Amino acid sequence: MSTANQIAPGALLRESFIELSARERAAAVLDAGTFRELLGPFDRIESPWLPLQGIVCQADDGAVIARGTIDGQPAVVAAIESAFQGGSIGEVSGSKIAAALELALADCERGKIVRPVILFETGGVRLQEANLGLAVIAEIQSAIVALRAHVPVVGVIAGMVGCFGGMSLAAALCSTLVMTKQGRLGMNGPEVIEQEAGIEELDSSDRRQVWQLIGGEQRTQTGFADALVEDAVDDVRAAVRAAFAQGFPSTHRSANVDATLARLAQIDPESVTPETMRAVFAASPLKLRGENA
Amino acid sequence: MNDTTTSRGARWLRALAGADAQGACVRYADAPLGDETARFITVAPDPANRFPRARDNVVGLEQGWHLAKAVRDAMAEDAASGKRRPIIAIVDVKSQAYGYREEMLGIHLACASAVDAYASARLAGHPVVALIVGPAMSGAFLAHGYQANRIVALDAPGTMVHAMGKEAAARVTRRSVEDLDELGERIVPMSYSMASFAKLGLLDELIEGVDADAPSDAQIARVRDVLAQQVREARADKSGLAHRLQGESAQRTRAASIAVRKRLAQQWDAS
Repeated sequence: MSTANQIAPGALLRESFIELSARERAAAVLDAGTFRELLGPFDRIESPWLPLQGIVCQADDGAVIARGTIDGQPAVVAAIESAFQGGSIGEVSGSKIAAALELALADCERGKIVRPVILFETGGVRLQEANLGLAVIAEIQSAIVALRAHVPVVGVIAGMVGCFGGMSLAAALCSTLVMTKQGRLGMNGPEVIEQEAGIEELDSSDRRQVWQLIGGEQRTQTGFADALVEDAVDDVRAAVRAAFAQGFPSTHRSANVDATLARLAQIDPESVTPETMRAVFAASPLKLRGENA
Repeated sequence: MNDTTTSRGARWLRALAGADAQGACVRYADAPLGDETARFITVAPDPANRFPRARDNVVGLEQGWHLAKAVRDAMAEDAASGKRRPIIAIVDVKSQAYGYREEMLGIHLACASAVDAYASARLAGHPVVALIVGPAMSGAFLAHGYQANRIVALDAPGTMVHAMGKEAAARVTRRSVEDLDELGERIVPMSYSMASFAKLGLLDELIEGVDADAPSDAQIARVRDVLAQQVREARADKSGLAHRLQGESAQRTRAASIAVRKRLAQQWDAS
């Protein structure tokens, strides 16, 4: 990882990816000038459930779907907006993502390959839409598994919300995952673990411990993500392109059952730490441009 | 069926598939269903599990990966032959495992491996049916049951589907449990009841009149008939999870899901 004295000259002038909105992020990932939003704010398909609970809707329900190209190839990007309801997945936002992936699948099945990218920034199910949030996440997951047979599905977890809950499973189903050091990937957020299991299990206010546990650097070091990039538009763009250039992993991470069970068997739950687990869970062999040396 | 030391899931596995199940935290067995052999799988309490936060009927690291293995082994055994055996997920899962080691070692990926296996089995032509006999909660249900072609449930106390346990949801949303129940009456997706889950178009059959804890032989036979019927329907239906949007209930309660798909399809190709 970079330390202050390793930052390349000019790095501080580079445009942050994290600070972009979902719409800007989607445009940044696509080839310049090719961004075309589908079901944009003017279509006004909003959550039917939030107004019943006195919550103001957002016209895109916090998910941006955009077509365009990546390295000249047809692509679709689904970007989650963390500024609306913490990036939580409701019926509409989740259905937008699922439908985009299903349409990409239909094109792929007809021989028209569409490159899918998901920009995760979500705490998971939107609790105000509880069972429908869960249902649409199952549909997103199904679409990723089906689509993955035709084209790599590339996920990005940039930060600052990170990727949690049922959507962390969706991220784990992706062919390639790109993270920044500021990205976090876990099923249960630190606060939830502290709440459910007690502060002796995990002190969620101990930020250093949390980053060592689920931060982008640890996740790439241990093979749960593939590329660690700087928080820079150019680096995220480059990593997404490299992921498609690289193609499919030999075995998808979530299908690598016997090997992972064998690794788990080597772990002593009593003594394992984020550092010692690296001896068993090694970094992904993928080497992508834009990766931090 | 009067064993009170075990879980509903384990009892239903024995009722439907006999006493010779394999595995510890994930138990499974092959047994006749209709005129074929199905694989029945459940998550059971495992007091000796190496991971202390995953000793109950919850989906932890080993549960996730072993669910994937139980499904994928059946797929591999059937791959060479033309047959695709039905896979029955008996669902009785309180939650995913909440723990420090679980996050460290990638419980999200463990649960994803189970999702992947069930979805892949369905895509490969195995009829997958989820039978809910207890709680079907949140990430645990995503891992074990929610990728099924068909979902059925016992109409009995203790069966429920939800994104978060009631007490935790009350804490997070700063409401009382009573308020949550009241909210569930008005706002269908917020409800914990199986009847509400059915209103969302997500449940294919609510099986009434069965004692979930101590079913009679006749009740077990009826559940078996329902499963066999659902397997037949699943085999004939190539729509995958789109099936969930096709029923009358979904037309009413999931109108937004349907509208999103329709409008997105219209805008997909640039005009």
